[in-house]
Amino acid sequence: MTKQTPLPKSAVASVLADKPESVWELRWRRLQGNRVAMCSGVLLIFLALFAASAPVYEQVMGVDVNNTDLLNRFAAPSLQHLLGTDEAGRDMMARLMYGGRISLLVGLLGAFSAAMVGTLIGLLAGYYRGRTESLLMRITDGVIALPLLPLLIVFAAIDLQKLGFSPEFVRSSAANFYRIVFIIALVEWTTVARLVRACTLSLMSREFVLAARAQGASARHILSVHILPNTASPIIVALSLAVGQIILLESTLSFLGLGIQPPTPSWGNMLSNAQELISRAPELAFYPGFLIFITVIAVNFLGDGLQDAFDPRAEST
Amino acid sequence: MLSFIASRLLQSAIVLLVMSFVIYTLIGLMPGDPIDIMVNSNPGYTAQDVARLRAQYGLDQPLLTRYWSWLQSAAVLDFGYSRTYSQPVWVILVPALIQTGKLVGLSFVVFTALAMTMGITAALTKDSILDRGINLLAFAGISLPVFFLALLLIYLFAVRWGYLPASGMFTIGGSGDLIDTAKYFVLPVLTLTAAFAGRFTRFTRASMIEVLRMDYIRTARAKGAGPLRVVFKHALRNAMIPVVTVLALSFGGLLGGALITETMFAQRGMGKLIFDAVMGNDFNLALMGLLFATTATLLSNLMADIAYAWLDPRISLS
Amino acid sequence: MMCISSTPPLLQVDHLAVHFPMARASWFQRGPSPVLQAVADVSFHILPGETLALVGESGCGKTTLGRALVGLHASIQGSIRFKGQDLATMSPTQRQQTRRSVQMIFQDPYESLNPRLPVSDVITEPLLIHGLGGGAERADRARDLIAQVGLPVDALNRYPHQFSGGQRQRIAIARALGPEPELIVADEPLSALDVSIQSQILNLMSQLREERGLSYLFISHDLSAVHHLADRVAVMYLGHLVELAPRSELFDNPGHPYTRALIDAIPQIGQGRRSRGRTIQGDLPSPLNPPTGCAFHPRCPKVQAICKTQAPLLQPAAQGGGQQWVACHFKD
Repeated sequence: MTKQTPLPKSAVASVLADKPESVWELRWRRLQGNRVAMCSGVLLIFLALFAASAPVYEQVMGVDVNNTDLLNRFAAPSLQHLLGTDEAGRDMMARLMYGGRISLLVGLLGAFSAAMVGTLIGLLAGYYRGRTESLLMRITDGVIALPLLPLLIVFAAIDLQKLGFSPEFVRSSAANFYRIVFIIALVEWTTVARLVRACTLSLMSREFVLAARAQGASARHILSVHILPNTASPIIVALSLAVGQIILLESTLSFLGLGIQPPTPSWGNMLSNAQELISRAPELAFYPGFLIFITVIAVNFLGDGLQDAFDPRAEST
Repeated sequence: MLSFIASRLLQSAIVLLVMSFVIYTLIGLMPGDPIDIMVNSNPGYTAQDVARLRAQYGLDQPLLTRYWSWLQSAAVLDFGYSRTYSQPVWVILVPALIQTGKLVGLSFVVFTALAMTMGITAALTKDSILDRGINLLAFAGISLPVFFLALLLIYLFAVRWGYLPASGMFTIGGSGDLIDTAKYFVLPVLTLTAAFAGRFTRFTRASMIEVLRMDYIRTARAKGAGPLRVVFKHALRNAMIPVVTVLALSFGGLLGGALITETMFAQRGMGKLIFDAVMGNDFNLALMGLLFATTATLLSNLMADIAYAWLDPRISLS
Repeated sequence: MMCISSTPPLLQVDHLAVHFPMARASWFQRGPSPVLQAVADVSFHILPGETLALVGESGCGKTTLGRALVGLHASIQGSIRFKGQDLATMSPTQRQQTRRSVQMIFQDPYESLNPRLPVSDVITEPLLIHGLGGGAERADRARDLIAQVGLPVDALNRYPHQFSGGQRQRIAIARALGPEPELIVADEPLSALDVSIQSQILNLMSQLREERGLSYLFISHDLSAVHHLADRVAVMYLGHLVELAPRSELFDNPGHPYTRALIDAIPQIGQGRRSRGRTIQGDLPSPLNPPTGCAFHPRCPKVQAICKTQAPLLQPAAQGGGQQWVACHFKD
């Protein structure tokens, strides 16, 4: 998608000055050349700051995100409420900020958990081959072949009390949050697993791995010294592309009423409330939807940029 | 080839069986209990009645026994009754399947055509303004949540401008003819198309670029073949191989998209059915709906594998 | 296999065979799985301080043989004895000790070094794996080794991609020297290098051999390099040894038609057009479907009826004073 960037002066200088440039420096340099990805990165930093400063905003503006004010519903933007109020009189800006926290946290945590599970499975399958690989890959293929959203809906709908959890725990927002992360990780690990397994397989036949095996190196040594570092880049790329997917999933589930439960704001459930009121107050739907959109598109651009920067074909032998 | 198909069929059957157990268990974990619901609607039931009812419906049995008896009925295609509709599950599912089939089928045709055209154009004009524009659109499509898009379209076309109906499948008391139904179909199809066109545009473009890079394309050009001929004769076939498989593999995602679309536009398809059944604790309907969805997705994956093996002469079937 | 000298051999290989089962098309396929016989019934020995060269075309099984010696192939038949002990019956400790003593240098210097590790880590990895010394000692050894292969000390902080092919091969050699091996299996160490660099590496190997009394199994398809380095030469064809002889005997008086053709094919610059004898026709047959009888018969200029039905054994030839072993019905 980007044009070939000419080698910046720093790269030429580093070669001439005999300073070793590690692979990571090379990649960072390539990423910097991709303007769209860099802008997306900056945007995401802003969004993260936006979300993180929610309590500060509340303090400064003197509002409370949970404070309903039924006399002040659908208020227009004012000095007191920068983006107006929603259908229950709550400050929109604060709600959007808190909602952002949820989306970003679920995105990152979910992607990270999925990557961990997927990496483990992929490594085991690729290293041990044989029956282990066969079994693990059949399971992976099985999970991939399932319809995602319908199943997630069932997972999200189950009553945790029936599994033996106490009612207070079940109703807590922490349980709610972790449940979402858990079920998302449950379905998103498969892409990473396949990727890591393919990578591991190709690495296992490379001569530097053979050299280590000829020395009688343990599985732990080979996996940690040779395999994992060389799968790091595809994992990172897959991770960054998954974050966007996961944010969309969370907002969809919350929209359907199965994700983050009110009154905790999530961009998804804010849209759910705004649905019926679309003719009266369309901006209540527009703000959270727009935020989801720019977050996900920024993540996608950044992930795409990372993919280009990490492209092994561009890395010299 | 036949043995390949046979072994893949077997694999899919096993997955389906395992999933039937998993889903059965999960449905059992949904809030509410069939007996409690009955008791709530009829306060006259005593504790003895409750125990009797439980035994009658076999709900006091352990999970495996209950599953086994369900499996036995399902094997002879007895899927039980839907609690909300008070009719056999079959009767509810089949029309819903057809409705979803229409929606998904139509959307599929539209977004495939759109995505291929845009993707190929983008690949051929790589790095031009057109390419960048298409790429941007594609990214936008991937990044927009389906329900938000639906909401936007409803707002614009139904609320603001009033050209199209906001929801439903036909005008109540209307003629019920094709034009009427078509009006109700436009926004749902548009929603589903926009949601998926983006992803496939990118994929088609990437695949096409990959193929155009290959040496055999350069050879064809060197032999004097014009660019268009090169595209359609040589490049397209090879570029389509991964695209076809990705298309078939995305059926599961399509079903999810259909679920949201149908819910937003109040269409009585499989997606909405499953959602309502899960939310409304209609156990039998939810179970069968989910299994149908799973079967459909497994079948499309199977066809993807077969198509891939058939189209690409290079790969071995092992 | 008879040993001529009185010193016990460092490495003794008897009737070694390595095969690879090939995958079936699906679970339902009938019949036995096809098998690729990469190495079929190979026997030889290497004495301490001796360099045995193993030559042959690509695909003849020499790389597989080399890798089997360092334990990279699990399913082998026959026996490999190191200092008299059979690898298969060794205890894990002995096995590990053997791994230290038998090191390998790989063909592709661009692939045999992990691009993510700095050179110091690459060289000391075997020491790490075998638990030979702590961090400081390994660092010292690294400095030692890098000097011995003729590279500057600051190379240790750099990454493999910053070096040329010849330099990387030196790094690979330094890595192999770390555990102080007695036998080094060098799998085509020169093939990926420029001609001008090849002689440098060859000289390095020769020099190290002098200094340390190393044995080499020198696998190559380049006969001029073999001539420079080897004491004895083994010729391999489609998984079988067809000739095994001391260097001068092999080059002056090859016993097997295949060996003769290989030697005749060596380019001689400045000799004018010399008569080459008959060149080999055709390509190496697929090891999945080897010819009957003598594996070389479809391409042999001396082929007779018996060659198609009966595989010849490796036996001493009349020439060469009993030191030259040839597998041909018409070696004399």
